[in-house]
Amino acid sequence: MTTFADPSLPPSAPSPPPGVPSADRPNRRPGVSSTKLVEMVGSAVAALALVWIVFTVSGISAPLGMAFAWFAVFFTIYGILCWRLHGILIAKDRMADVGIWGGALVALGTLAAVITYVILKGFIAVFTDFPHFLVADMTHLGATASITQLGVGAAIVGTIEQVGLATIITVPLGVMTATYLVNTDNVYSRLVSAVVDAMTGAPAIIAGLFVYILWVAPHHETGKSGLAAAMALAVMMLPIVTRAAQEVVAIVPGSLREAALALGAPEWKVLLRVVLPTARAGLMTAVILGIARIAGETAPVLFNAGGLEAYNWNPFSGQQDNLPLRIYENIFQPGRVIQQSAWGASLVLVILVLLLFMLARFLGKGGAGRRSFVPWSRSGTSTAVEDV
Amino acid sequence: MLAPPSAAPGPPAIEEKPITINRSVTRADRIFRFALAASGTIVLIILAAVVVFLTKHGWRAMTEGGYHFITDPSWSPDSGRFGAMSLLVGSIAIAVVGVLIAGPVSLAAALMINEYAPVGLRSFLTGAVDMLATVPSIVYGFWGLILVSNLQAPPAKWLVDHFGFVPFIRTPTPGVFVQSIFACGLLCAATLVPLITSVSREVMAQTPRDACEAALGLGGTRWGMVTDVIFPFSRDGILGAFLLGFGRGLGETMIVVLVLSKANKMVWGIMGPNGLGSIAKQITEDFPTATPIDQSALIFLGLVLFVTTLLVNIAARQIVVRGGRS
Repeated sequence: MTTFADPSLPPSAPSPPPGVPSADRPNRRPGVSSTKLVEMVGSAVAALALVWIVFTVSGISAPLGMAFAWFAVFFTIYGILCWRLHGILIAKDRMADVGIWGGALVALGTLAAVITYVILKGFIAVFTDFPHFLVADMTHLGATASITQLGVGAAIVGTIEQVGLATIITVPLGVMTATYLVNTDNVYSRLVSAVVDAMTGAPAIIAGLFVYILWVAPHHETGKSGLAAAMALAVMMLPIVTRAAQEVVAIVPGSLREAALALGAPEWKVLLRVVLPTARAGLMTAVILGIARIAGETAPVLFNAGGLEAYNWNPFSGQQDNLPLRIYENIFQPGRVIQQSAWGASLVLVILVLLLFMLARFLGKGGAGRRSFVPWSRSGTSTAVEDV
Repeated sequence: MLAPPSAAPGPPAIEEKPITINRSVTRADRIFRFALAASGTIVLIILAAVVVFLTKHGWRAMTEGGYHFITDPSWSPDSGRFGAMSLLVGSIAIAVVGVLIAGPVSLAAALMINEYAPVGLRSFLTGAVDMLATVPSIVYGFWGLILVSNLQAPPAKWLVDHFGFVPFIRTPTPGVFVQSIFACGLLCAATLVPLITSVSREVMAQTPRDACEAALGLGGTRWGMVTDVIFPFSRDGILGAFLLGFGRGLGETMIVVLVLSKANKMVWGIMGPNGLGSIAKQITEDFPTATPIDQSALIFLGLVLFVTTLLVNIAARQIVVRGGRS
């Protein structure tokens, strides 16, 4: 077999029979060879044929079960084939290849499936009377409403205002905390760092519950407003932004900061004029990713936004709508049209967060921690991020 | 650093003192440092406020319920029964199922990105996995409610019919197999994959490259390198990543609210409907219409959930950080 023949070995060494790797010969890394492809395709076809025959003969109709069975049989046949042909080490390696590709494809497939399904289901609602769904509100919501009477305009306004307020609250705090954590290393800063980490994974519903107890309940139901929702979102967003900003600020080259300090610049000026401009692209990425993450949060706004069907431009007084909240409210209402509008709202929300996500990736060219190269940034910033 | 001019010629000076640079800390700098520390404190204040407020409002139920919170299987605070057992067990079960499904997929995705994929594809794969985290969980729930649950139901029924003797698969409450703990865990896995992938990927990337090269150079296969070099090195970090996923799964709200049936029965099966409940679901659905004592009990449940996830997260981060250092 090509994978074992080693031309550099002295010719006196006896050539082992194919399929039996001798102990004193090094196994070479298998490259992509045509035999590998043949073996793989052959196993796949054999497995498909076997599974098809079994399912046809037994009369079971289960496409999902068939797919699973096919993969299992393919995996087994391919493993045994490689084992007989190349030995156990290569067989393990090949099976691991298949498993790892399979796992990665499951992750990709999930993403593709959810996005495709939302597009298919939400298309009718959003594009029937095109811009209408994006501007109208839900005041006509009811069993008899037609899809052209419903819209998520109010929800979009609410989402933008609430997320905007949360961003205004969290970005300065998050960036300052991040700077503090990068510059300081003592017991207190480690405590803050640990709490930030822990809060990043805190359940979303707790943020909603907390703001409800703190703000909405004392105001006797008039407290439900865009501001309350924004506060709950800010509780969620602050740790996310802090952690992401910390990573960005930490990779600003120390020599830049030290140079500025050595020239006599005060610390606050070093932050504002050296550190933040250097980290600008990364910070933008961090903030936009944070926005994308919380724009889709339902649980924090559930008790706090109110879910008013009509437009309310003022986030500081009166209830407001919100996109994820609107989906939640409409899912549980009977009626095909209302379900359609929920799918439409889902599509709008997914498009919104994915646009934000792509914008963030475009700005950061790789997101947090990956190679960051921003074409228009000043020299020095682009080399700052190395692959982790 | 400038050397002292006197030290330059001749033998080294006897007294070598480091030059003390007297940067006078200005008042603006002091205010600046204070402001930075203060903003760091705000996170602590939020944490403390959450704990204090939840404790304060949950106190009534806590004193009335006592240890029945853990032992009583039935939940109806209005009639004085605070049995959160099925809710606690359900939340944990969902998180465990989620991690068990998301774990292998995440490891595969992480290895794919780090070792297996062609270099040009890696950035795309990273983006795609991160994108999974961006899709809102209510969309996953809505999608899962209709598509996945229906696809998942026939295999689940088949499994229960033929393998009902296996613990946890046996279900005492037959019916449609859509609104089950398993379906919730399956969907939660989609939200856990990006988290576990990114953490374990970073840990695995810290494996010394020369050790990997050495394994390959000795004639090992790529999988051999993964099992004998990368996995031993990053074992703790991967464990921490799974634990982080577990913490996230505990608090998963919208998917569970949409998919799980509301029965809150203490059963030892995860495939069927009308079984275990979930804390997050109970709070989300009952809180707006609850009576004062019920609200208090729900707030106490929220406190339990919050503290648990906090501790799990802190432990997980410690393991990840330590694992990366070793």
